Amino acid sequence: MAFFQAKSTSTASKHSVDPAHQPWVEKYRPKTIDDVSAQEHTVAVLKKTLVSTNLPHMLFYGPPGTGKTSTILALARQLFGPDNFRNRVLELNASDERGISIVREKIKSFARQTPRAQAVASDGNVYPCPPYKIIILDEADSMTQDAQGALRRIMETYARITRFCLVCNYVTRIIEPLASRCSKFRFTPLDSTSTSSRLSYIASAENIDVDPEVISTLIETSGGDLRRSITYLQSASRLSSSTNPPVPITPHDIQEIAGVVPTASINDFVRTLGISVIEDMDVDGLPTKGKLKGFNAVQKKVKGIMREGYSASQTLSQLHDTIILHPTLPARQKAKCALAFAEADKALCDGADEELWVLEVGLRIHKAVTIS
Amino acid sequence: MSLWVDKFRPKTLDDLHYHQSLSARLKSLAASADFPHMLFYGPSGAGKKTRISCTLRQLFGSGVEKLKIDQRVFISPSKRKLEINIVQSNFHIEITPSEAGNYDRVVIQDLLKEIAQTQQVDLNAKHRFKVVVINEADSLSRDAQAALRRTMEKYMSNMRIILCANSTSRLIAPIKSRCLLMRVAAPNPEEMQMVLEHVAKKLKFDLPEEASQQIAEDCGGNMRKALLVFEALKMQSPDLSGSLKIAKPDWETYCHKVADLIVQEQSPARILEVRAKLYELMTHCIPPTIILKTVAERVVERVDEAMKADIMHWAAFYETRMRLGNKKIYHLEAWVVKVMSLYKHFMYNFDMADFE
Repeated sequence: MAFFQAKSTSTASKHSVDPAHQPWVEKYRPKTIDDVSAQEHTVAVLKKTLVSTNLPHMLFYGPPGTGKTSTILALARQLFGPDNFRNRVLELNASDERGISIVREKIKSFARQTPRAQAVASDGNVYPCPPYKIIILDEADSMTQDAQGALRRIMETYARITRFCLVCNYVTRIIEPLASRCSKFRFTPLDSTSTSSRLSYIASAENIDVDPEVISTLIETSGGDLRRSITYLQSASRLSSSTNPPVPITPHDIQEIAGVVPTASINDFVRTLGISVIEDMDVDGLPTKGKLKGFNAVQKKVKGIMREGYSASQTLSQLHDTIILHPTLPARQKAKCALAFAEADKALCDGADEELWVLEVGLRIHKAVTIS
Repeated sequence: MSLWVDKFRPKTLDDLHYHQSLSARLKSLAASADFPHMLFYGPSGAGKKTRISCTLRQLFGSGVEKLKIDQRVFISPSKRKLEINIVQSNFHIEITPSEAGNYDRVVIQDLLKEIAQTQQVDLNAKHRFKVVVINEADSLSRDAQAALRRTMEKYMSNMRIILCANSTSRLIAPIKSRCLLMRVAAPNPEEMQMVLEHVAKKLKFDLPEEASQQIAEDCGGNMRKALLVFEALKMQSPDLSGSLKIAKPDWETYCHKVADLIVQEQSPARILEVRAKLYELMTHCIPPTIILKTVAERVVERVDEAMKADIMHWAAFYETRMRLGNKKIYHLEAWVVKVMSLYKHFMYNFDMADFE
């Protein structure tokens, strides 16, 4: 027995891509469109095209981690099979140079080729293999306007032998003439049931124990982004299995991996701003002696949070959730807080200093709550 | 003869003094076969770089310490030549793409693809992959970050990326979701004192309790600064006893002076004076954001409670404008004028509404 084991490990190390070390997001990418989680509407439409083997130009859009790239890859694989896949599909993404020159040369030359004859599928299955090629432009919203403009005519001229599939997060970044040439498919953030079923499937396939509590934390922290939750799960399982002896994954691990600020710190901050938090309603009555008040208290707290290394955007978004969902705060005050959050978010996007803006939000909330 | 900061920099994960649980994690990750992409983030001087180099050593052994510095030339699409310094060993490569400014995307695409497509040739290497350390990842442009996305997945077998950033706010979500996030918090004062005492013990002299306490408090969680201050103090008074006076950096005292000027008098003549001082600071390469923050903090200490919030509000407001705009001095001045007018209105009880 020992002999066999030794042999199997040596062959595994020789292999160039060891599946054990593959990211799970790649390993568990759906193989067929039926495997795609949620997105029932899109899947239903695409399945019909699979039968009729006719495909329009397509534009997939939606937030990250909802299965856009996976869907088109699975669809292409089902249409062409593994043997024809390589010469029928061209996949370009933002890591490739995609300026206007590439559109004119690489894309155009691929688009104008007549599709090669269908190779006999080696795995014995029959694939529809329709007489056209597919060009997948992943992350198309990072293409320049000019490059998109150059695509317009190409899409029409070679429509008979080439179909385009644009994949992007923000449909508004795609120029109107391109968008109008495609049939649009919107991908929605995943609901919690389909995320949890997919996560439990992966967990069972990888032989790891995952509490339902951990799964709910994963769903909470990832906000409908399946890729993010799978990556977190993989990181957590790596951490837990690398210690000796292996410890089970806790929700706390997930929060640490996700960079979430602990609820206790957020509540503490909120309390400093002069809002009582439900958990300690009864404790609130106790007078806190010797504590700083007003501006200095807020400033000190913000410095503390920044020293812990939490990112401003994460802190603000959690603060936002706490305040907006607060049960007793009047709507007017909430509205004032929301205004502060919106301005801070814009400023952070522009690259402004984090500490100043967390402080600014803190002070404005403090003012809104105490004065009015 | 090197500075204490470098001389006593921990070399292995076991030598690290604080964040033991983080070190344990890094150690077990380095031991396991699948090492993920990582993102270290935390305030400056918390020990991110130290932890990265310790992790690399844990991964590959002492070979990573044989460094060589290369200068590489990249050509941007508009045929401009970009020169980038690269620090590399046989097992890893360290770059600071923000040196290339707007063209950082070219550096990322070219260099990473090149590294990703070559395999480790050293047969004795412990791991098949090379590690790419990217410094100042939060100043990468959006294009460069987008270019990283797919590369990180595609070339996982040959390459791992370690990003080092001060904050995760400016990184796009797809990058964050592909990395294992490692938060390196600033050490608390007790931990800093421990490190200072450790250094003192290594150098075989006594460090009085008060002195270490004072240094730790003064440096606000920045370990690098603490060690530098410590060394400077030791030079000044070798016995480190009695009351110590920690010398503030020049620019900081200068900023405080500016703040005092603002609070003392509010007049056009004073603004001119302040302006000259601000220019002086900027010509000495003090980043405008730091100037604004230091001055604002000092001003806030010296004014009435009712004004503090407003002053910070305008500081945040003009700091953002400064980032968007081109001429930093305009916005600094605008803030000074705003603070002066606020102060005057407050002191003489003017009705603010008429001036808005």
